[in-house]
Amino acid sequence: MNTLSRRHLLGVAGGLATITAFGPDVWAQAEDRLVIGMSLEPPVLDPTKNAAAAIRSIACPSIFESLGRIDRNGEIKPGLAESWKISEDGKEYLFKLRSGVKFHDGEALDASVVKFSLDRLFAPDSTVPAKSLYTDIDKVEAVDPTTVRITLKSPNSYLLYNLSLGDAGIMHPKSAATNDKHPVGTGPFAFKERKEGDSVTIERFAGYRDLGDIKLKTIVFKVVKDPSAQVSALLAGDVDTFPGFQAPELVDRLKKDARFAVVVGTTEGEVIMATNNGKKPFDNLKVRQAMAHALNREELIAAESGFGTPIGSHFPPHNKAYIDLTKTYPFDIAKAKALLAEAGYPNGFEASLKLPPVGYAQRAGEVLANQLGKIGIKVAITQLQWPQWLAEVFKEKNYDLTVVAHTEANDLDRYARDGYYWNYNSPEFKAKWREVVATTDFAKRDELLKDCQRIIARDAVNGFLYQLAKIGVWKKELVGMWQNDPSPSADFAGVYWKA
Amino acid sequence: MIEFLSRRLAAALVTLALATVVVFAVVEVLPGDPALIMLGTDARPDTLAALRAQYGFDQPLLVRYFHWIGGLLSFDLGTSHAYGTSVAKLIGDRLAVTLPLGALALGWALLVAIPLGVLAAWKHRTPADWGVMGFTQIGISIPNFWFGIVLVLLFAVTWQIFPAGGFPGWGQDALKSIHALILPALSLSLGEIAILTRVTRSAMLDTLREDYVRTARAKGAPERTVLFGHALRNALIPVTTVAGLIAGFLVAGAVIIESVFRLPGVGQLVYDSINNRDLIVIKNVVILFTILVLTVNLLVDLAYALLDPRPRVSA
Repeated sequence: MNTLSRRHLLGVAGGLATITAFGPDVWAQAEDRLVIGMSLEPPVLDPTKNAAAAIRSIACPSIFESLGRIDRNGEIKPGLAESWKISEDGKEYLFKLRSGVKFHDGEALDASVVKFSLDRLFAPDSTVPAKSLYTDIDKVEAVDPTTVRITLKSPNSYLLYNLSLGDAGIMHPKSAATNDKHPVGTGPFAFKERKEGDSVTIERFAGYRDLGDIKLKTIVFKVVKDPSAQVSALLAGDVDTFPGFQAPELVDRLKKDARFAVVVGTTEGEVIMATNNGKKPFDNLKVRQAMAHALNREELIAAESGFGTPIGSHFPPHNKAYIDLTKTYPFDIAKAKALLAEAGYPNGFEASLKLPPVGYAQRAGEVLANQLGKIGIKVAITQLQWPQWLAEVFKEKNYDLTVVAHTEANDLDRYARDGYYWNYNSPEFKAKWREVVATTDFAKRDELLKDCQRIIARDAVNGFLYQLAKIGVWKKELVGMWQNDPSPSADFAGVYWKA
Repeated sequence: MIEFLSRRLAAALVTLALATVVVFAVVEVLPGDPALIMLGTDARPDTLAALRAQYGFDQPLLVRYFHWIGGLLSFDLGTSHAYGTSVAKLIGDRLAVTLPLGALALGWALLVAIPLGVLAAWKHRTPADWGVMGFTQIGISIPNFWFGIVLVLLFAVTWQIFPAGGFPGWGQDALKSIHALILPALSLSLGEIAILTRVTRSAMLDTLREDYVRTARAKGAPERTVLFGHALRNALIPVTTVAGLIAGFLVAGAVIIESVFRLPGVGQLVYDSINNRDLIVIKNVVILFTILVLTVNLLVDLAYALLDPRPRVSA
């Protein structure tokens, strides 16, 4: 009877749908159009004006290309530069540019444009968010129309990577000032339209140098913040994919739906329980070790519906320089309690845990409060908005504990920074990090990176919890989407609809 | 009548002036540094300082207050630092979604609530009354975002007669735009229907007990005339008051409903602006809505005067 009435209703509804001329056209699947759902809205569309990851997930390298290009495995491949040479001492980079490259407005790319673009990044009055990645550059010269020479003050083994990020996207002097609202680059897609609060549309650029791999004609990025609205947008066919689906607890529902593929990959995001090393009692190594012993990572990952990989240091497991340090301070309540007693806190103490408004932090926060409670640390949770978190925790360092994912690639350098929000100050680590940056031998750099991981794991600087997973959901017919997220980017070369 | 209105207008202007001070103070004490939000966690102190100077965040409070008021008085709402767009355009685009949504919800609420309320009062202490009261109890208890999700699952996911969300834009397709507002307006109006029904019912019960109603009935006026001509007209005064108040609540409800239905409306703009600490946008939206609520209240006062001559003399 149930089926009958349901079928009856469906029939009525179907009839209505055909009568109403303005029903949603979910059945019409244009084969060269892709609608991508995004959880966060980009403020502007220029990566040199704002740090928001959403800008990079729309515009880099689809609109703005850089000298190098980070591929789906995190490797650096030629971008606007077809090749490069690095001097023996690691201080001089010679880039050979591709010729015949045009901007979307018809302007040509040459070495002077690249010089203009890169000079903006590290100029003394620059307000580029990622300025600190480029301050080792001494000067940029246009040697000839297709050759650019970059001279460094001191060697930087991450320079090539940093020059491949969207932050170093090449912009033309004519359009640089208006790129925030109307971005103009050299990439395979040109900006078409923006509806604030709703969507950004880009279209294939007919003048792109290599259209062979660019099968999509139109890409619409739709902002859908609410997780349940994300699911209904997928189910109703309004959105074809969420490359970074944010609600692990709702994934099962999508897995059961034969229309969708759920693909789990890796990100550069280490979820940590950041700890204020500059504040009592967290300045005491034994206290931090005790907390490390109290962490049960399996339970934390279970709270993420099983998504995530345990980490024992601040380093992604998929990186080839990774070493497994999760057993440095294995889960052991008795040992944790003993360490706390040794540190002078046999009855534990009270601590604040300030959480930013993101799902993973909310979920991990509850579990951590419980786990630390078992060794006598009474945790009081406070919820903060992002701006508050940035001001109170990050800037003023007015906190004991917090949970946050550090999503940048190669972000171990934070442990070498003076006055960073967790107040870690280790001359040993700083010296090691200087070696990492200065080396020109990548095999040696991997070994040094392992040492770095060991130092911060041993010092239990922060609670190292798990590596955030990338949960991609898309229609089964969609081919070529990136499984992993080596850097926030929008590379749609090789993405197409299977007929 | 003119004296009554000009007194009300003067009061509204004083309220508005006070509101600018309160809004400015509240927005400026919000913890959070807009420059840090724009530049992110890798920002350097020198770039932060340069950006603050560029946007004038480093100016003294009083200077910023008068700069803002000066802008308002010359109808210059400034530029959003997060979007880089003119605030007037930003708000205008969003009002084009939220105002029709609010009007649709309020219109629908009145259309349903008044007959229901009249019915419940007329059939006082009968199953019809209990049914209506039961319905309003449910309407008040159900959170509108949940109702919205249920509507989406039924009408968009299962039957696909309405879109699950999004807004095509009036310029693109007006019919589809109205279509996109129907489910959101329905979910937004549920709670309002419940409240307005109850208000109508109790106001009607009061007026139905009045002598003039008894007189009307005694002289043999048809029931329809008694209900709608005599009782309802007087009962509409409290209903109008509450409807005016609800207009303000609709905007608050829109913040959540717009998120459920992905509507780029003012509610979402306020939410995003607070998260971006886009201070100029927050200030101007709040002041705009203050003006809107004050105007609605003025209109309500005017409506009183038309419905009932007494306040015209005594107020």
